[in-house]
Amino acid sequence: MRPGPGGMPARKTLPPNRSFNMCLAIPARVVSIDGNDMATVALEGIRKPVSTALLEQVAVGDYVLVHVGYALHKLSEEEAERTLQLMAEAGVLAEELDEIAGADVETGS
Amino acid sequence: MKYIREFRDGALARKLAGAIAREADPDRQYHLMEFCGGHTHAIFRYGVQDLVPANVTYVHGPGCPVCVLPVRRLDDAIELALKENVILATYGDMMRVPGTKRKSLIRAKAEGADVRMVYSTQDALRVARDNPHRQVVFFAIGFETTTPPTAVAILQAKAEGLKNFSVFCNHVLTPPAIAHIVKAPAVPGEEPVKIDGFLGPSHVSSVIGSAPYEPAAREFQKPVVIAGFEPLDVLQSTLMLIRQINAGRCEVENQYTRVVTREGNRKAQALVDQVLELRRTFEWRGLGYVADSALKIRESFAGFNTEQRFFVSPKESREVKSCDCPAVLRGVKKPTDCKLFGTTCTPDNPVGACMVSSEGACAAYWSYGRKRAGVRAMEGSAA
Repeated sequence: MRPGPGGMPARKTLPPNRSFNMCLAIPARVVSIDGNDMATVALEGIRKPVSTALLEQVAVGDYVLVHVGYALHKLSEEEAERTLQLMAEAGVLAEELDEIAGADVETGS
Repeated sequence: MKYIREFRDGALARKLAGAIAREADPDRQYHLMEFCGGHTHAIFRYGVQDLVPANVTYVHGPGCPVCVLPVRRLDDAIELALKENVILATYGDMMRVPGTKRKSLIRAKAEGADVRMVYSTQDALRVARDNPHRQVVFFAIGFETTTPPTAVAILQAKAEGLKNFSVFCNHVLTPPAIAHIVKAPAVPGEEPVKIDGFLGPSHVSSVIGSAPYEPAAREFQKPVVIAGFEPLDVLQSTLMLIRQINAGRCEVENQYTRVVTREGNRKAQALVDQVLELRRTFEWRGLGYVADSALKIRESFAGFNTEQRFFVSPKESREVKSCDCPAVLRGVKKPTDCKLFGTTCTPDNPVGACMVSSEGACAAYWSYGRKRAGVRAMEGSAA
């Protein structure tokens, strides 16, 4: 997968009027299997832990649809590339990446 | 990457639009409801409505998770958040939805409630692990895509012996809502909603499969086409629906075969079934009470059920007066029919839930509708 233009800045918190699309899932490539139903995915330079509890089998190099931190479905590389390109053209990708980059907000005590 | 080139030069889009224009019978109207807010968003973002003939109209459905949550449940969540020693964790969109008297979770937070925005149920579990002396309530909302992550979190909490984690479960189901929209009698004083076919949701269907729509399609004689969320998917699905309507067929067809199967994700379904069961009835904003349309936590997981662990007081919950969200969610009004739209209600200062979420029809009209009106005005002056 090609890196995005300039990469996305990781944001600590989402601005108050940022919306969050609960239907949309974003494709990402699995770069490591971490045990306990967790894996690390890479997308446009961002690495994120995701749960693979909803998939029967997953391996390094697989493309998965990620939704609210869970891999929902496996898909082909071609489909993943195509979806990402369309999301980038539509301007949705930046928002979704922001969402993923800002994922570890406010979990501390 | 041949697909991308096809999309970029618009050849395939034009071809599909041409086929729709040829095949749509000019003597009839095609009202197609896109159930899912993701589709509403795509239709607006790409201007799909402008690519199809005027007698093909998209009716926006209630598939926006924060939009359909009734005010009462949001008021309950705000009450829970304000309880001593409670941390309420929820998805970002929920924060700004106005409840009774326009009170929201973000306002409760300003008043001292500990409300945390999380991206994933894994984050909510982490909050519970990091705060063993406080009660962490995960305010769970959403359709069938967000339900399996809730089930996984409850199973994980049980396996880890987490005693301070519970879920305020508000998960709802798509197929009963589709059936309800078709069969429910019109609200007095309102025109009944006109629907000739449904664009079925993309990722919800990747979990549940296409089979659960079959009874409704058969019983209510409405075709359903499961559609991907990309603009070409929407156009192709529109063509498939027009062909079904023209032929008098009422079948469930799957345009999004790249991701959706008839059976769906069996593992995700089994996890949900292990932890959650049907609620006899559940209230939806706009639709009212819908039988068998939501899920609750099974008795065997009662320790993780917020509704069994905390007392929530009965309350007089009220929609904001003159907000037309309920009628917009039923598909009988357009956002622009609401007198609050764009005046007192904007994405920066939302009065109704449909203006908060990007999946809400009002937010889509606000973000893209004005641009579209501007383009049309320019085209008019150029002509």
